[in-house]
Amino acid sequence: MYRYDEFDQQIVNERVAQFRGQVARRLSGELTEDEFKPLRLMNGVYLQLHAYMLRVAIPYGTLSSRQLRMLAHLGRKYDRGYGHFTTRQNLQYNWPALKDMPDLLAELATVEMHAIQTSGNCIRNVTSDQYAGAAKAEIEDPRIISEVIRQWSTFHPEFSFLPRKFKIAVSGTPDDRAAIRVHDIGIQIVQDAKGNVGYEVYVGGGLGRTPMIGKKIGDFVPKEDLLAYLEAVMRVYNMYGRRDNIYKARIKILVHEIGAEEMKRQVEAEFAALKKEGALHLPLEEVARIEAYFRPPAFEELPNESTELNKAVLADSGFANWVKSNIAEHKVPGYAIVNISLKPIGGTPGDCSSDQMDAVADIAEKYSFDELRVTHEQNLTLAHVRKKDLHAVYEALKKHDLATANINLITDQIACPGLDYCALANARSIPIAQRISERFADIARQHEIGELKINNSGCINACGHHHVGHIGILGVDKKGVEYYQVTLGGAADEKTAIGEIVGPAFTEGEIVDAIEKIVNTYLGTRQDGERFIDTYRRVGIEPFKENLYAAH
Amino acid sequence: MAQHTRKGAQFQAVTANRLSDGIVVYLTADAGWSESLQDAAVAEGKEAAEALLAKAAPTVENNTVVEPYLFEVAREESGIRAASVRETIRQAGPTVRLDLGKQAELSGVHG
Repeated sequence: MYRYDEFDQQIVNERVAQFRGQVARRLSGELTEDEFKPLRLMNGVYLQLHAYMLRVAIPYGTLSSRQLRMLAHLGRKYDRGYGHFTTRQNLQYNWPALKDMPDLLAELATVEMHAIQTSGNCIRNVTSDQYAGAAKAEIEDPRIISEVIRQWSTFHPEFSFLPRKFKIAVSGTPDDRAAIRVHDIGIQIVQDAKGNVGYEVYVGGGLGRTPMIGKKIGDFVPKEDLLAYLEAVMRVYNMYGRRDNIYKARIKILVHEIGAEEMKRQVEAEFAALKKEGALHLPLEEVARIEAYFRPPAFEELPNESTELNKAVLADSGFANWVKSNIAEHKVPGYAIVNISLKPIGGTPGDCSSDQMDAVADIAEKYSFDELRVTHEQNLTLAHVRKKDLHAVYEALKKHDLATANINLITDQIACPGLDYCALANARSIPIAQRISERFADIARQHEIGELKINNSGCINACGHHHVGHIGILGVDKKGVEYYQVTLGGAADEKTAIGEIVGPAFTEGEIVDAIEKIVNTYLGTRQDGERFIDTYRRVGIEPFKENLYAAH
Repeated sequence: MAQHTRKGAQFQAVTANRLSDGIVVYLTADAGWSESLQDAAVAEGKEAAEALLAKAAPTVENNTVVEPYLFEVAREESGIRAASVRETIRQAGPTVRLDLGKQAELSGVHG
């Protein structure tokens, strides 16, 4: 994985020193809260309901074991022994004190990590596919271009005061696991007939109060032109994005208002002008330098079938269930991708204790080339595990309550922190996810239901991605009482769709029963081999609506 | 954002977050700050509430707390109770991870 050079390390160290001074001046009163707030936000520090929250950037979700151990240590030393993995593949601490923040960030910098640009109106952490470097059908490892974008966008003076925050995601396979079409810019790595690698560019996707699917405006941007093209998009946005209304400031509103064709025309005009005046040309030798960090690890030559694995599957039904749901196919024979669920039955989606982080770090070191990934669905991934080691990995995970066999099943839900932690939330989301998880705890029933993604958000800002859940749950506040609005038919993959509201919202007491009715409607309607989303696309919302509100 | 209070609330108290560590605090009758809602000064009526909030201003000036505001409370036999879910959660911690923090110490509040 990528290692900092002296410039990376220097700018991070200098930023810690600068923030240390800013915190000291705030605590002494030299800076007012109004002056300090934008400074702390630029360093990932929010003030939430109970305390300060620190959001640590995990570039494209990739971590070394050493880095994860540091995150565990920081959770113990400065917080309450756990952290929360987010839908931007980041980690949030819920209770660090402001006075401790400079020391925390200084320790974080020793493992080449920071919290820069995890908030504010700038280009945020670039997200990507957790199967990078391991997925079949991958055209190019998406972390290479993600790292290029990270370096280009960090402290970019022209893009430090955008109309609003800006999120970029990259996918290197046709199967989209990075939700690129609901990002401000989504990049799909493609290949032309001659084998050249280029990029499809989508703009104007996003969730929040006005969900939009990104429009493709670039069909094949050549590698060396990518940064210039992105710069052209950013310039058009910076020029015309609405600064007068926070709710209309994202690029999705601009693209929606002027239309994809006009956006494309403007970006191409800007791109042409940039090229004329000497555009930022991505030096291919620099790309090669970065690419070297993401070369495949030293895979062994192994038979694709593993007798050890086959025997263990037959002998251990818990392991067999885990293999069925949590293991994905690897591009190298004899290897597998392991997904570690952070969704234990009745637990908080995305929460991970410091002890669990240490355990995963040890397992990754021993079995997966010393690195791991965070997924935007709030789980962890070990990208390269030998099939013959899968049972040992499972046993090691089980000891730490990390072997829940539910990836992509109904209890593998996304949930934002909601009103339990977040100052913006209107309703709680975690307890709803927990009650649903408990209702559907039975593993046989989960497998019977099959792939079903439930996403929970505690407010319209949609950090829980409810619009793109197969079933989306949005918490709303009605005169001080929490209600839950349900959407159906959303998807965040290569067939991205925004869910449709099914009808009037449910109370906290009603919502789990409502979800069960929706699931039962699906089970009673589906045809052979259909997933929930397939059935929904075939029959539409009406049967669900009828069953759901029939008794009302 | 969820409403902190409502028009016509009879009883209100003032809350804020402490600057140094962000912890939730309540304004007391002697213009100090306490981590316990039960120590909060409660104002009855709009004018008294505004006067109570004004008492918090110097502590913002001297960098003790940030963003003080009024919120609705009820006076009950068992003590002062926050009226909204949001303020109940601020008072007694998240309704999850009941094994630690304020939610463990004030285990009766979330019921």
